[in-house]
Amino acid sequence: MTQLIDIENVTADPGRLVEEGRVHKSLYSNPEIFAQELDRIFNKTWVWVAHESEVAEAGAYKTAFVGRQPVIVSRDRKKNIHVLLNRCRHRGATVCEGKRGKTRAFTCPYHGWGYALDGELRAIPKPEEYEGVIDKQELPLERLRHESYQGMIFATFNEEAEPLEEFLGGAKKWIDLFMKQSGGYPLQVLGDHRFRFPGNWKIQLENTTDAYHFPIVHKSFISSLDDQTSEVFDFLDGEGFVEDLGNGHSVMVMIPELVDLEANLDDPIPERFAELAEALRAEGHDEAEVRRLVRAVGGSGFNLNLFPNVACSMAFFRVLTPISVDETEIHHVAIGGAGAPAPFNQMRLRLHEHFQGPMGFGTPDDAEGWERVQKGSLAGPDGWILVNRGLKRMAPSADGNPAGAVCSETGMRAAYQMWKRLMSDEAGE
Amino acid sequence: MADSMFQQAIDFINREADLLDHKAYAEWLGLWERDGKYVVPVDIHATDFANTLNFAYDDHAMREMRVARLKNGESVSSEAQEGTVRSLSRFRLLDEDPASIRLRCAMFLSEVRLAKPLLYPANVEYRLTKTAEGLRLDTKVVRLINAGHHLNTVAFIF
Ligand code: FES
Ligand SMILES: [Fe+2]
Repeated sequence: MTQLIDIENVTADPGRLVEEGRVHKSLYSNPEIFAQELDRIFNKTWVWVAHESEVAEAGAYKTAFVGRQPVIVSRDRKKNIHVLLNRCRHRGATVCEGKRGKTRAFTCPYHGWGYALDGELRAIPKPEEYEGVIDKQELPLERLRHESYQGMIFATFNEEAEPLEEFLGGAKKWIDLFMKQSGGYPLQVLGDHRFRFPGNWKIQLENTTDAYHFPIVHKSFISSLDDQTSEVFDFLDGEGFVEDLGNGHSVMVMIPELVDLEANLDDPIPERFAELAEALRAEGHDEAEVRRLVRAVGGSGFNLNLFPNVACSMAFFRVLTPISVDETEIHHVAIGGAGAPAPFNQMRLRLHEHFQGPMGFGTPDDAEGWERVQKGSLAGPDGWILVNRGLKRMAPSADGNPAGAVCSETGMRAAYQMWKRLMSDEAGE
Repeated sequence: MADSMFQQAIDFINREADLLDHKAYAEWLGLWERDGKYVVPVDIHATDFANTLNFAYDDHAMREMRVARLKNGESVSSEAQEGTVRSLSRFRLLDEDPASIRLRCAMFLSEVRLAKPLLYPANVEYRLTKTAEGLRLDTKVVRLINAGHHLNTVAFIF
């Protein structure tokens, strides 16, 4: 009996669920904790909603979620970006469905209220009955605060949240490096893979900063690579590291040679990109351009985990949306260069298809592991998830941040400390 | 009377379906033209597969690697996959010339995942080439009706 009461107490108090080197397994399965996370994390902090290239032109829009709340990211005729709550001000229908597109207005399908791209309510069918009742100006689609860094658009419900750049802090340097992989062209989203797995969102968050699983879970992917490339992916004994960047963000450097894609342009062209180099030369690109593109095509040698919902993961954006305590939707967003030579973007698409998405050679095996974690979290009345790998071998990074080995669980600890901070704040403060 | 070319093509793709359900992947690889493409597009309206993102866009080498992954015991999701059952119907001849035949059909594929049956309805389009050794698979495009939303992870071949 006393033991039962103990467990109840632990799960009621977020502060006690996260210790330095372990987190309580109820974090994956307790619906009350999930409800609190929506409130205290997803409704409070900066959440990634889009890359600017997804709404490049006037009239472009994309649908997304902040936590579980549907939003529209739109670009109006003056090219300003808006993040709008996807909810008609009349009786609440969503005014926009579908992934993305172009439109002149958002027209609610139910009674036909029409909203401009900036959210202003413009048209009401049969307005006479509203005379003296409502004022259109007071009923725009609700707007969320949003800010961008390097084309990455984040939104928040929290008017008091610190400026985005402050929130990103130490992660900005790594975002800058990540953007070099479009090979000198503006970074452009090329499409995305979407899938769901029956497990908690934090299992996915952890995975992005988990190098330890790579040679085990992705053995079949590594086997499908040529020798030279599989050596590049054999990084657990290399010089890589994981660095805590503050605010729950972390970077896991797996392939240090590929941190700066504008450096070492004279390195020999890897075997697997020899054909690409030939194709680019055949299109008439000079050798400097060929080398720049070939160096960039495989992506950056690191995963940058941005708390709570996006990662700049080697060659793509990895976005998570919490669906319920035990279901998560994941988007693997393929990126390339706007206006870059076709062989470059094609190679990036093929590399993405090879590992990512529901039919990739990597993702299905990851998902199998995550599903098992969720299932296992229901075993036993009590239990803890260990994130203490490398805890006693930490050393300051070059930038003075706490850092551990590439296969340490430094990044998970960083995320869970942020989780604890946000979850311990009383809602509304 | 010999079967019409359309009927031969139907028999061929029914056999292909049977091979995949029974995980006879080596034989399945043998059905293909070397330059053939196996495509599962993300956008069901896509036609320029090379320049868009697909779930799968397999040339000969990728098909071989995909099969190796499903069979070599290194992939935990492939090991856990319990099998598929698919049925093809509503065949329609799209066009035919001396060298090839194109047809499409409906496919209902089911697998069991975490003890629950999942259904993957799709429109499938084939281009088969006519060779001295009989028909060969040149293009197979699987347009899943749910492709535009979210899938579960897939550890088999559509
Ligand atoms: S709910 Fe939108 S117009 Fe009525
Ligand atoms: Fe993985």
